[in-house]
Amino acid sequence: MKTVMGLINLHEDGSLIRELAEKRAVESIPFGGRLRIIDFTLSGMVNAGILNVGVMLPDQDRSILDHLRSGKDWDLARRRDGMYYIPAVKVDKEARSGDLKNFYYNLDFIEHSKQKYVLLTSGSFIYNVDFNKTLAFHHEHEAEITLAYYTAKEESTGRNAVLKTDDGGRVTDIAEKSVVYDGTKICMGIYFMEKHLFVNLVRHAYERGGQDFLVDAIMRRLNDYKICAYEHQGYVAHIATTGAYYQANMDMLKPEVWGELFLNPQRPIYTKAYDSVPVQYKETAKVKNSLIANGCIIQGEVENSVLFRGVKIGKGAKIKNSIIMQKSEVKEGAVVENSICDKNVTISEGKWLKGAENYPYILEKGAVI
Amino acid sequence: MRKTECLGMILAGGQGSRLGALTKKIAKPAVPFGGKYRIIDFPLSNCSNSGITKVGVLTQYRPLELHNYLASGSSWDLDSRDGGVFILPPYAREKGADWYRGTADAIYQNLNFIDMIDPEYVLILSGDHIYTMDYSWMLQAHKMNNAEATIGVFEVPWEEAPRFGIMNTDDTGRIHEFEEKPPQPKSNLASMGIYIFTKSFLKKYLEDDAVLEDSSHDFGKDIIPKMLNDGARLFSYSFDGYWKDVGTIESLWQANMDLLQDEPPFELQGDWKIYSSNPSLPPHYVGPEGSVKKSMVSEGAMILGEVENCVIFPGVRVGKGAKVTNSVIFPYTMIDDNASIDYAIVAHRCHICDGAKVAGSMGAIAVVAEEETVSA
Repeated sequence: MKTVMGLINLHEDGSLIRELAEKRAVESIPFGGRLRIIDFTLSGMVNAGILNVGVMLPDQDRSILDHLRSGKDWDLARRRDGMYYIPAVKVDKEARSGDLKNFYYNLDFIEHSKQKYVLLTSGSFIYNVDFNKTLAFHHEHEAEITLAYYTAKEESTGRNAVLKTDDGGRVTDIAEKSVVYDGTKICMGIYFMEKHLFVNLVRHAYERGGQDFLVDAIMRRLNDYKICAYEHQGYVAHIATTGAYYQANMDMLKPEVWGELFLNPQRPIYTKAYDSVPVQYKETAKVKNSLIANGCIIQGEVENSVLFRGVKIGKGAKIKNSIIMQKSEVKEGAVVENSICDKNVTISEGKWLKGAENYPYILEKGAVI
Repeated sequence: MRKTECLGMILAGGQGSRLGALTKKIAKPAVPFGGKYRIIDFPLSNCSNSGITKVGVLTQYRPLELHNYLASGSSWDLDSRDGGVFILPPYAREKGADWYRGTADAIYQNLNFIDMIDPEYVLILSGDHIYTMDYSWMLQAHKMNNAEATIGVFEVPWEEAPRFGIMNTDDTGRIHEFEEKPPQPKSNLASMGIYIFTKSFLKKYLEDDAVLEDSSHDFGKDIIPKMLNDGARLFSYSFDGYWKDVGTIESLWQANMDLLQDEPPFELQGDWKIYSSNPSLPPHYVGPEGSVKKSMVSEGAMILGEVENCVIFPGVRVGKGAKVTNSVIFPYTMIDDNASIDYAIVAHRCHICDGAKVAGSMGAIAVVAEEETVSA
């Protein structure tokens, strides 16, 4: 994988996940108790042995930069190659939207990298993918472009890109923002190809007025190149809506998903290290079916919930079906149900906070109830 | 290169034979503590937090795991441009090689390292105590007293004083007498095994001691008494926080249990962070039938059974119906369904089989050695 450069495209539209993505990119929303969403694809690249990773920054980049810093926690603070930040193009004479613009204006960086191949991924998916398999599939099928997909198990009206393949794995059709049925093949935002082809695709599409990489550089060229798609078997979630975010966190409470994503010794998921103390359970603690991150102090009851670093749950407090982010505090006797509390939220003594089932109540960063 | 004011030297070569099965494969400073740490994290973090950026770690007994753990020192933020963790095992010279024959000899054999760094002061620490301490205040006291040596002391209960090295001091804190395990102690100020020496002064005493055939080359037994005999300026520096020697199974178990009190005697949670290497593991999971009370649990653990009054390290699995009480479970140990553990320390990567039982008692803590399997 030394011959592959990684590119992570942080371009998820945060409009359907607004409260959580108001001041940060979707990819840097805290997830699963101690991670950020971007950790999954970034760790996948590192575990596959990719040594050169470019991160295409979103407009709101402070939170991402604070999380990734030098790349040291992912072993990407290297003398040669390592982590690169590609700032969003903010001045634009043509005022074009879409991600293609960022690729186009940074083609020199991509062209000057030493690697032969490009692995482009989206930063808003939850998965533990072995990218070595992507590479192997690409060569076996003598593909020019390889995409990855997963198979839907239920209907949904998401905003997913979906694809169809023939028996040989060749992509015959791609559609965007499509309704998903049981068995639909959903794109995972993963593209693998030779670098010079990537550069050509971007240049060709942008110079013809294109805006969106998938639509203008891939979908429109379906008949010009051999585009193949391989199936990733395993857990995948696309964090594009608040509902998907909530559900994916709850999925982490299934031991088989938790184990698949996090306990593969060959493919750990890395994140920024914080040196938090192990969780302190007091005499009155009662915890069931929950994920609890280090630094928490628990005196109350917690059920079907995900608690991030340094959360404090007071005596007699009850947390159910909720996601409580870093350093929030739920004081004595308070009740939180079907809710998402962003960072540094305080729920005072005896207060009640309840969302509807499957429609969580969201409390903004730093809110005090 | 910028001048180094104070160099830290951690004596980490001891076997810790009183820890028995726990130190069969690892040196005492590498023994796990407190749900995610190892004992050596405490002196190293104290150094890092006190602004001591260069730390030599003297290793000898079973050093591999310790060396691997220390690596570049980045876990403790000690990998700065001018700083670092320097691993110092015994090495061969043109006329053969010697093991470290005592604490003083270990430092003596590394005098050329100390000269290379050329600090003003040398801080000598041992790798087997649990405490948080700002050494910069001790250094300040050393300078204000115009001392040649400053020794960290801790007030122990009078009845326990005969078990310690006791310092007899005057009103100004100047030490005039040192008694090793005195039957009739005149003071209850015990040496914590923490010393600051002015470098040139230390060097002279180490060189003089090295050629003495009948010396045991030990700071407590040989160097400090000799300094006092010569009327050198030795001062005590009192420490009144939590300090625990974890050299025995019982004391190691007790120090872990101390963390579980409602108001722990010392705060791991505070601003004085204790650093350690952070494994890439997810938050721990407590299952639908799991129950955790009065315990510390770390990342990557999976608790499906009952845990009470325990310290659980990363990656431990407690199966359904299993009952773990009053125990310390080191990383990656698997406790199968319906097993029971009470008053025990279970080392790394053990396997406690379905229905198996490990039972110790207060005062006779059971120990399961690394990678052992306990069957029903």
